[in-house]
Amino acid sequence: MKVLVPVKRVLDYNVKPRVKADGTGVDLANVKMSMNPFDEIAIEEAVRLKEKGAATEVVVVTIGVAKAESDVLLTARAMGADRAILIATDDEVEPLGVAKLLKAVCDEEAPGLVILGKQAIDDDSNQTGQMLAALLGWPQGTFASKVEVSGDRVVVTREVDGGLETVDLKAPAIVTTDLRLNEPRYATLPNIMKAKSKPLAKKTPADYAVDIAPRLATLKVVEPAKRTAGVKVADVDELVGKLKALGVAK
Amino acid sequence: MKTLVWVEHDNAAVKDATLAVVTAASQLGEVHLLVAGSGCKAVADQAAKIEGVGKVHLADDASLSHALAENVAPLIVGLMADHDAVLFPATSNGKNIAPRVAALLDVMQISDILSVEGADTFTRPIYAGNAIATVRTSDKKLVITVRGTAFAKAATSGGSGTVEAVSGAADAGVSKFVSAEIAKSERPELTSAKVIVSGGRALQNSENFHSLIEPLADKLGAAVGASRAAVDAGYVPNDYQVGQTGKIVAPEVYIAIGISGAIQHLAGMKDSKTIIAINKDEDAPIFQVADIGLVGDLFKVVPELTGKL
Ligand SMILES: Cc1cc2nc3c(=O)[nH]c(=O)nc-3n(C[C@H](O)[C@H](O)[C@H](O)COP(=O)(O)OP(=O)(O)OC[C@H]3O[C@@H](n4cnc5c(N)ncnc54)[C@H](O)[C@@H]3O)c2cc1C
Ligand SMILES: Cc1cc2nc3c(=O)[nH]c(=O)nc-3n(C[C@H](O)[C@H](O)[C@H](O)COP(=O)(O)OP(=O)(O)OC[C@H]3O[C@@H](n4cnc5c(N)ncnc54)[C@H](O)[C@@H]3O)c2cc1C
Repeated sequence: MKVLVPVKRVLDYNVKPRVKADGTGVDLANVKMSMNPFDEIAIEEAVRLKEKGAATEVVVVTIGVAKAESDVLLTARAMGADRAILIATDDEVEPLGVAKLLKAVCDEEAPGLVILGKQAIDDDSNQTGQMLAALLGWPQGTFASKVEVSGDRVVVTREVDGGLETVDLKAPAIVTTDLRLNEPRYATLPNIMKAKSKPLAKKTPADYAVDIAPRLATLKVVEPAKRTAGVKVADVDELVGKLKALGVAK
Repeated sequence: MKTLVWVEHDNAAVKDATLAVVTAASQLGEVHLLVAGSGCKAVADQAAKIEGVGKVHLADDASLSHALAENVAPLIVGLMADHDAVLFPATSNGKNIAPRVAALLDVMQISDILSVEGADTFTRPIYAGNAIATVRTSDKKLVITVRGTAFAKAATSGGSGTVEAVSGAADAGVSKFVSAEIAKSERPELTSAKVIVSGGRALQNSENFHSLIEPLADKLGAAVGASRAAVDAGYVPNDYQVGQTGKIVAPEVYIAIGISGAIQHLAGMKDSKTIIAINKDEDAPIFQVADIGLVGDLFKVVPELTGKL
């Protein structure tokens, strides 16, 4: 089966986000951008499925700035994806719009499995995979820590609030990745060089004729109330005293 | 506005996470509930007593027993003909089902709200809580997930809702529940505990985690949490993880032991009332947010602390 992996270009997780002084958003000028960490896990899982013979082809797709061509889509192909699709836009596309574009891509590509990240670390929406599943009428295995594919069954172990849950899905299906699904490989320099010759298709949202107009307007973005460092206690006795004062110890 | 709250439950009792959602919904208008499950009449009766609740829709069907999003979402979409907003707790179930409902309604979901600013305006955290966005929706119907720590819990008594059966539940036939490994614990639940003791990578192994963190937690009647590093290393199961991608907690007192204070961890606990940190490195970032810090070796400090309590 073919596996489609949507990936998102986000502020690198090591960079501390700074809110712009005018309250319009987070400053993304001249900061390091990388692939959303959950999406690296998604690619790794897809590539492993191919290495095991369960998948035939791994296709990655991103919706975002054209620069993704030379960073995240290159990394994705270096990690083992066979080809890439760039749907270039400078506009912010919300999860619903992203899901509609991805549905159009699925209609064309007919994947047996789509593996997404469970959330993007910038907007933290945790929506896109579930929305795509709804639009396609496919089953969803979200927050996956284990994925097993056999024939048209996809068995997914999910990380849920109380522990783990396992569901059995009928392909075609949607999976979203949690952190413990696997440890993604690095894109090595030789593989990055080779990846440059792997196919990349360039599209724009207009090619898919879907409504991606935003529904949400961001009125302002502010920094949360700051905590300040408190006091240091000298020893355990002093800490016990503090706990008693807080009323949590007798 | 008429709102519908999806009730989190285990077919036996209403889960606490629901109560904060009822509070958020009541700020928008009239509150109706949906109890979808199997053999869950008792849950609906209990839910009807929650303060401020009007109608309780009860959908009792075998296909709903495990809250599979494929089966629950169409049911909610049907009920939305008569409701203006549907709200879910930002729990793993809520986050699984809500976007599926939103897409079927062609609505952009508003995730993890912290406050209701108006009928169409909400605040929500982005970038692991490093920024708070105020967003306004232009959608006719609202689909919202609610951060439990940001709203007071509605009282579990005083309400006099009426229970009404809803029909139309069906198995979509594309997914099946296989099994669950749900940890049973005598300790309080992480997301509702007053005190939390969390351990990090510094514990080195599962034995140390159990022999050092748990006795301290039990002395304080606390829930036990962990950093991602401790979970990844297998000291404790995944449901202990606190942070951007784990659980969001805001207890009265949060005690971080051998946790450095990475932004992804802080995202899950920095709204705690009092933060206490024990770390051997006096420059650890956790001390920048801690109200009370103790610089020391946890292998010495923690047993001493447990002994003196
Ligand atoms: C500067 C800036 C300003 C923004 N302003 C707004 C705003 O005003 N209103 C608003 O609602 N949103 C805004 N956004 C957020 C943006 O629209 C969403 O982040 C994005 O559409 C998807 O949300 P998410 O990544 O949180 O989705 P999630 O549902 O958390 O993403 C889950 C997964 O979906 C896939 N995915 C998500 N996006 C893409 C993509 N573009 N291409 C391919 N795969 C993808 C990935 O596999 C990802 O792991 C802004 C973002 C930025 C960077
Ligand atoms: C996409 C993404 C999502 C993430 N989500 C989460 C999340 O939800 N939750 C989360 O926690 N992390 C998350 N992380 C990981 C996070 O970045 C950190 O790696 C993690 O929190 C570190 O855990 P730690 O503090 O236990 O370990 P470390 O950073 O290794 O810190 C260990 C600390 O223990 C101290 N120490 C060592 N020995 C002793 C001793 N004997 N006595 C006292 N102190 C000692 C050290 O000084 C150090 O400060 C995420 C990362 C990514 C990339």
